[in-house]
Amino acid sequence: MPHFSPLGKYLSLTPAILFFAVLALLPVINLFITSFQEVTWQAGAKETTWVGFKNFAAMKDDTLFKAGIVNTAILVVVATSAQVAIGLALALACSNLGEKSRPYRALLILPILIPGIVIGAIWRLMYNAEFGIFNLVLESIGLPGHDWLGSSTTALASVIVVDIWHWTPFSFLLLLAAVESLPKDVSEAAKIDGATAWQEFRYVTLPLLYPALAMTFLFRAVIAFKVFDEVFLLTSGGPGTSTEVISFTIFQRFFLQDKAGYGSALSVSIIFVVSIIIVIALNASRKKGEAL
Amino acid sequence: MSKTPSQFAQYRRTSLYLNGFLLLAVFATLAPFVYIALSSFKTQISLLMGDVWFSPTLYNYNEVLFDRTSDYLQNFANSVLVTSISTFFVVLISFFAGYSLFRMRWPNYVVNLFLIWSMAFNLIPSVSLASAWYGMAREVGLANDYVALILAHITLHLPMALWLLASFFREIPKELEEAAYIDGAGFVTLVRRVIAPLMAPGLVATAILIYVFSWNEFPVALALTNNETGTVPVAIAKYAQEEEIKYTQMAAASVLSALPALFALLFGQRFIVRGITAGAVK
Repeated sequence: MPHFSPLGKYLSLTPAILFFAVLALLPVINLFITSFQEVTWQAGAKETTWVGFKNFAAMKDDTLFKAGIVNTAILVVVATSAQVAIGLALALACSNLGEKSRPYRALLILPILIPGIVIGAIWRLMYNAEFGIFNLVLESIGLPGHDWLGSSTTALASVIVVDIWHWTPFSFLLLLAAVESLPKDVSEAAKIDGATAWQEFRYVTLPLLYPALAMTFLFRAVIAFKVFDEVFLLTSGGPGTSTEVISFTIFQRFFLQDKAGYGSALSVSIIFVVSIIIVIALNASRKKGEAL
Repeated sequence: MSKTPSQFAQYRRTSLYLNGFLLLAVFATLAPFVYIALSSFKTQISLLMGDVWFSPTLYNYNEVLFDRTSDYLQNFANSVLVTSISTFFVVLISFFAGYSLFRMRWPNYVVNLFLIWSMAFNLIPSVSLASAWYGMAREVGLANDYVALILAHITLHLPMALWLLASFFREIPKELEEAAYIDGAGFVTLVRRVIAPLMAPGLVATAILIYVFSWNEFPVALALTNNETGTVPVAIAKYAQEEEIKYTQMAAASVLSALPALFALLFGQRFIVRGITAGAVK
């Protein structure tokens, strides 16, 4: 290994450390401190008062926050499961077709490259009660239209559909890489032993894919958990609180109502809860890995 | 392996089903884009009437780009500025950090600390970071300034770039560097003649992905900009918040904003696929 002066070694890492310390760590510490404060702005100057755990105590009476937790949990579980399932089906189909599936692969990944806001705009047009494509199609075959985003029974489901459409390509790509790296000899052995296609999938391919499926689920869940852009554009959390999600609650409390202290308390609690869930999930998957 | 006629028929049937399934998926993927593109060439009335046949007009694009009340060109220029500068620095900083971390004998815990940070950082909702950065920017007088947004975007995407490049660094054999070193290459020569060419695909993949993610980023841009400094996603969100939504103009603005992604997909598809899977799987 080349030996250069230690100066180069430190210098080349310094910018990254600076960004990490000043713009990532410091803000998080700031959030933590602010969560115990009340912040007001007087003529451009910040004034803070310590309020102890008041911000955290206020969370339990916050109907917006509670709705946000429930809706986010539903969205994460439903959307992520659907994305992993559809992504797996697409990955298996593409891998089965081999080189001939190139054009499909290219076209299928388009949604993850488009701004979330634009995806919101597209679907808002399509869902529109008066002129959206869904209602036009329904009416053309004689069925009544529906206000998809405007009615509290279908708003969350409509948002979930958009999230599935947006992010299935992501799990498709990850699972395609996993499927393509599977050992070929195992499935050939299964075929020679007379396994049907279903048996081969159920007892050979699927168990081999468990780790990749778990990782994909976790990755997607983490991003789904932070969903903001589409909700901002599609429903802004409404009607009522039926599509309120956590990121949007934080945004409303912090920016729209200018409650920096309370908004920070929300952020800190969320980061804390997610970290715990991740640690538990990683531990569980490691134990499962050892048991196999 | 040669196939018997019945096996061949079976194979053709399977391939028919698979193609059918994938065509359906491609239709579901592309139809919304076709729909918004068509809408962007309609007049507002034609859209509201739900016309299937219409005579296409460039009115919406004209309004979005050149009308005096529209800031879209300015927003587009802002996006190009912020995205280009932040992508450049993200790639530069993560390349040197990656080289230092993976090639220059740091103790393991330092390397792990960086990788764990890169992972853990993703857990924090962008809105939370946006709120913290907003407070900081306001205190130092940088609220609504490009500088604040550029710094925020660099911070936001640095972990992902580092994570991506880590997987590419692992693939370059160290022997090449050792050989160059023994032949008397200094640090600069080594980076220019050996590392950079070998890392080129990794750097391109990282740059494309970071560019796209930075271009698409919304919550932080919303928090740190105003009308004048807003980026494209912020501009499109504005359309949706107006009292009477100009749907067809929103469609035109959306189509224009998707152009970088389309270019990236057209010319860098290989890199995108490589980048996303490298970042997530390894």
